[in-house]
Amino acid sequence: MVRPDLRKSDTDLTGSEMAIKLERNAAGRMVPTEVNGREGVPFAGVGGHRPTGRKAAPVITTCIDYPADGDKRVGSIREALDRVGLADGMVVSSHHHLRNGDAVANMVFDAAADLGRRDLVWFPSASFPVHANQIGHLDRGVIHHIEGSMNGPLGAYCSAGKMRGLGVLRSHGGRWQAVQDGEVHIDVAVIAAPTADAFGNATGDRGPAGCGLLGFALADSVHAEKVIVVTDNLVPFPCLPWQIQGNHVDVVVEVDSIGDPAKIVSGTTRITQSPDRRRTAELAARFCADAGIMKPGFSFQAGAGGTTLAFAIYLRDLMRSAGVTARFARGGSNKYMVEMLSEGLIEVILDGQTFDLDAVQSLRDDPRHVNTSPFTSYNFHGKGNFASMVDVAVLGATEVDLEFNGNVVTHSDGRLLHGIGGWQNCLSAKCAMLLVPSYRDRIPVIVDEVTTLCGPGELIDVVVTERGIAINPRRQDLIDAVAGSDLPIKSIQELKSELDRICGIPQKVPRSDEPVAVVKWVDGTIIDTVWRVG
Amino acid sequence: MPDLRPAAAGPLGDDVRSDCHVAYEPGSDSLTLEIASKVDYLYGDAIETAVRRVAGEFGVTSGQLRVVDRGALEWVILARAESCLRLAGADGPAILPEAAPGAGAQRSRERLRRSRLYLPGNRPKLMLSAGLYGADGLILDLEDSVTPADKDAARLLVRNALIGLDWGASERMVRVNQGDLGLEDLRRIAHHNPHVVLLPKVEDPEQVRRVADFLREIVGDRAPYLMPILESPLGIHHAYEIAAADELVVALTLGLEDLSAELGAPRTETGWESFSARQTTVYAARAAGVQPIASVFSDISDQEALASYVQRERALGFDGVGCIHPRQIPVVHTEMTPTEAEAERAVTIVRAARDAERRGLGAVAVGSKMVDPPVVKQAYRTVELAVAGGVLTAGWDDGSI
Repeated sequence: MVRPDLRKSDTDLTGSEMAIKLERNAAGRMVPTEVNGREGVPFAGVGGHRPTGRKAAPVITTCIDYPADGDKRVGSIREALDRVGLADGMVVSSHHHLRNGDAVANMVFDAAADLGRRDLVWFPSASFPVHANQIGHLDRGVIHHIEGSMNGPLGAYCSAGKMRGLGVLRSHGGRWQAVQDGEVHIDVAVIAAPTADAFGNATGDRGPAGCGLLGFALADSVHAEKVIVVTDNLVPFPCLPWQIQGNHVDVVVEVDSIGDPAKIVSGTTRITQSPDRRRTAELAARFCADAGIMKPGFSFQAGAGGTTLAFAIYLRDLMRSAGVTARFARGGSNKYMVEMLSEGLIEVILDGQTFDLDAVQSLRDDPRHVNTSPFTSYNFHGKGNFASMVDVAVLGATEVDLEFNGNVVTHSDGRLLHGIGGWQNCLSAKCAMLLVPSYRDRIPVIVDEVTTLCGPGELIDVVVTERGIAINPRRQDLIDAVAGSDLPIKSIQELKSELDRICGIPQKVPRSDEPVAVVKWVDGTIIDTVWRVG
Repeated sequence: MPDLRPAAAGPLGDDVRSDCHVAYEPGSDSLTLEIASKVDYLYGDAIETAVRRVAGEFGVTSGQLRVVDRGALEWVILARAESCLRLAGADGPAILPEAAPGAGAQRSRERLRRSRLYLPGNRPKLMLSAGLYGADGLILDLEDSVTPADKDAARLLVRNALIGLDWGASERMVRVNQGDLGLEDLRRIAHHNPHVVLLPKVEDPEQVRRVADFLREIVGDRAPYLMPILESPLGIHHAYEIAAADELVVALTLGLEDLSAELGAPRTETGWESFSARQTTVYAARAAGVQPIASVFSDISDQEALASYVQRERALGFDGVGCIHPRQIPVVHTEMTPTEAEAERAVTIVRAARDAERRGLGAVAVGSKMVDPPVVKQAYRTVELAVAGGVLTAGWDDGSI
């Protein structure tokens, strides 16, 4: 389905050449009023935007058009794209459960190029350095622009203003919301499946490229017009469990390999050896104990990044010695979380993605280790979500400012560096903590004002650095809870002053006035703009 | 301006962090400055100002200075630039950074020295947060961890760290080189408030006196305390004379790696090969009224072995041990902390001693038993350790325990 708004891209205007109208949003940030031909809604404050209308859905299909024996196989990805009617300007989605080992997203656009397709929109749930392959397709016009996280070479490409159209960065929950609300209509979803049957039932929890779960592909399978399942481990019907239901699937393609297992999950998860990061993690865990957050039946979310992983280990030790168990933990899951489950320190893991082999095995074999999706965990336009029920979430950031606003997508020079992941969604936890170094190689992490606003300060409760802990003044309850503890509690201004002394007061970084991407808030509004660098 | 030669200071390479490389190339044109930095968009001007400040004070007005910066802080950049120009043959005053809080911290002869963390003297990255880890002492090492080619640069880096680095509550220690090289080290650093200077491979009390006299000559009564390190059979043989060599000596320690090598008896877990050396060190130090401090524990991955090591050395009479990684510090502090029973007994003795003093009594009695002065002294020590280790609250004396 060719979207009319993309036809004008035939003139090959780059983002910087389009006359883009800007408006100041509720956070004071200048944001485009139109994004890739669609109206952009400026951020209206936390909880300030109310959606209307009905959810989007694909057209009604009939089983008359599908093989009664359930065998939907075709010979190649190229044939599959042809079969589902891939046309110029369509939106093609992929998921990132195979992380930097993914071979499928690259194969899809190589095949689309072979078919002579142009101006496609790539809508990944995240991209990795392995996807630098797409730069050639962007240059040659096969891909018009990317709506999804961009880092490494793709981030540099977008930041340099080389992409036609604006990048659109969404959180995991925001991606679900955009698909569900019809903000992004996926024409063709391509789902890399570690195991599948010929009907299209698919699972990520087994197979040579086993990655655990496939939650990031769930919205695509339900809402996309056409769905292609690509697998390198075809099993006889029925594929169990069916994390993806074959009834949504149009065609199935068998390939030699969907990815490099060594880069999909790590054999071992190792915690950071950096003394500074370990100190930060330990302070955060002690904060949870001293503030009374770590109490019987509590819940937490800790990612798999170096510092947050170390946090989970320190928290485990404190839970053990205090005899406290958690009702549930939200993953990214890894070996350490699985050990806590086995030990009984956690009763249930609600998993969003699976980072190592131990976690894949646990997800497959232990009924207390549960497969979740951005719908259950994060979707803002639903009847609640798990994220706001979590007692404490620990997250990273590239910058935090004196108002506790957080940046997670750009470097302080403005270059795109990271995707949002579940970061924005997790901010709705009862206590959202950012674990950050106070500076990285002289670059202060605590700044006067974040380069790119990704999370409003009213949702960020605590900032933990190796030099001390700053509690958001809005959280007097937390300030009171740790009064009298021997934790190094400081004001964020105090931390900033220390950095001014240690690093020196930084120069002002000039920014261009050419948008290259927008950052969406969890409700689909635009919270900030990423500007061209260099 | 004198004839200068090409020179460079500071490391180069992709994995370098928090450091910078400064190179000088002589030339007849007026001085140019080329800066490549990953932080130039935030600190390009600051880097240029710092390097020009050094060039200006050294009267270097021609040639080319190239800076490859990997996020170095200003005190590091100043040290690298000064080292480069000194190596190039220029001369000028010491170019000092702005002082960090605590740069003027008072030293104390009797303070706790449970843990001391060794940090290589030419690696700023490892120094930056060292003051946060709560070690009783931090040692910037100019000896074994610095290659001969880097000695000059390390000396200026350590000098600037004594001024610009925040040491937290840790005692400010420097291990200098042996002999004349060590005096060269002291010439650069002694004015900047090092609390303790560690002297490697001391075998003869004369070595200690030579350093002590040199320090008094250059900084008078601000001369830092000394901690001689015994690292050879001869050093152990002269342990008492060395400990008592000069009033600046506050502690005596030993280096078991070198000692074992010289003995021809490799270090073992049980440590019997060095038992006599360790016990001799304790005896000598106590006899001379200084603190006996144990050798470093070098297996950073084995926390349990470290704990047993600390227990064993503490039982021999040592007051502290050496660390080479921040994660060892809490283990050391835990194991050096008296038990609650020990702390209570010490408090009883200390109270009795104060009571006796108040009443002008010469002898201290607890119940019906007399307590001798060394026991009283040790009780004060135990109370201090108990407070530092969290077994006693700082307010134990208010009757609040």
